[in-house]
Amino acid sequence: MAAAEQASSQKTATTWHGIVLQTLKRNEIKLVPYVPDRVLTTLIKDLHADPYFTTFPTAREEEAVGIVSGAWMAGTRGAVLMQTSGFATLANVLASLAVPYQIPLIMFVSERGTLGEFNYGQALVCRTMRPVLDSLAMEHHTITRLDELEFIADRSIKQAVTTQAPVALILSPLLTGGKTFDK
Amino acid sequence: MTSTQARNTKVMNRFELTQRLVAGLKDEAVIGGIGNTNFDLWAAGHRPENFYMLGSMGLAFPIALGVALAQPKRRVFALEGDGSLLMQLGCLSTIATLAPKNLTMVVMDNGIYQITGSQPTPAAGHTDIVAVAIASGIANSSWAADEDDFERLIAQSKQASGPTLIGVRIDDKPGTGTTRRDPVQIRERFMHGMGVRQLL
Repeated sequence: MAAAEQASSQKTATTWHGIVLQTLKRNEIKLVPYVPDRVLTTLIKDLHADPYFTTFPTAREEEAVGIVSGAWMAGTRGAVLMQTSGFATLANVLASLAVPYQIPLIMFVSERGTLGEFNYGQALVCRTMRPVLDSLAMEHHTITRLDELEFIADRSIKQAVTTQAPVALILSPLLTGGKTFDK
Repeated sequence: MTSTQARNTKVMNRFELTQRLVAGLKDEAVIGGIGNTNFDLWAAGHRPENFYMLGSMGLAFPIALGVALAQPKRRVFALEGDGSLLMQLGCLSTIATLAPKNLTMVVMDNGIYQITGSQPTPAAGHTDIVAVAIASGIANSSWAADEDDFERLIAQSKQASGPTLIGVRIDDKPGTGTTRRDPVQIRERFMHGMGVRQLL
């Protein structure tokens, strides 16, 4: 193995974004539309660099949900990347598309608004996320530890696909480092 | 004036246009937007390649984009109302970026929210949706002058090198039928129509 390749595979195994990328690939998730977040920067860059993925920004999160829903019905798996405040725009599309049509919508949500948030609006919008998920009885997990990430993400994706139910994987600042005031 | 083109187009009927579209279809996918748009698609004759939205206003084009990306060899039509598109204008930029040549979008423009009591949209009378689409980067965007022109533009879109948007001015008539509101069955049959799943 070439040195560069080895370094790359070590990075993949030891960083949260590397594990997410590999888990997406292992589960044949090719289509990854997103609305960006600072915390997701490296993951987004690496997805763009990998020809396996079709990844692109959308203007709104619900647009991305529509795109992966259409793609799944036509035979291609997808996942949506977003930030907490983006999730807060999704109640209507979750309740009128993903849940009632039984679409395995896979969402990765970078969590802002907690553990050192500096913007009060972000802190408030974060508090709406889990009540919305719970009100629709949607599966969701908050991932805090690197050693649990692959298990939770891999199993949750497989469960979403086999049970035809959406899932939200919330990436805690404990996992990602989050966004802090001095950044 | 930017609205000259729109004013010169004939005011047509949604159901009649939808019937004309459906009559020429084989295995093409059709995504029908919320409300009257998919009611008329249903009334034009159900086919397993049709997907009917029962909510998620504004997502007909994004859903159609997903289908078009997943099955680049299949033609995908999306039917959307003007009020619905106003909710999700940003999707035109996304579609312009990905530029799937197998996507044909139709905007049924009557300037009103017919189904909620025919209130005018904020765009009514002054926003040219085709001009918005062109400015968003969808070069193959035009108003249909009349029914024959609509059919011509539909046929032309099948040979296009990028996505196509067709604006049609329509009257204020409600939808002709009512889609059976069974989301799981709609989705299951559509997946069967797309060839990715066998029916139970």
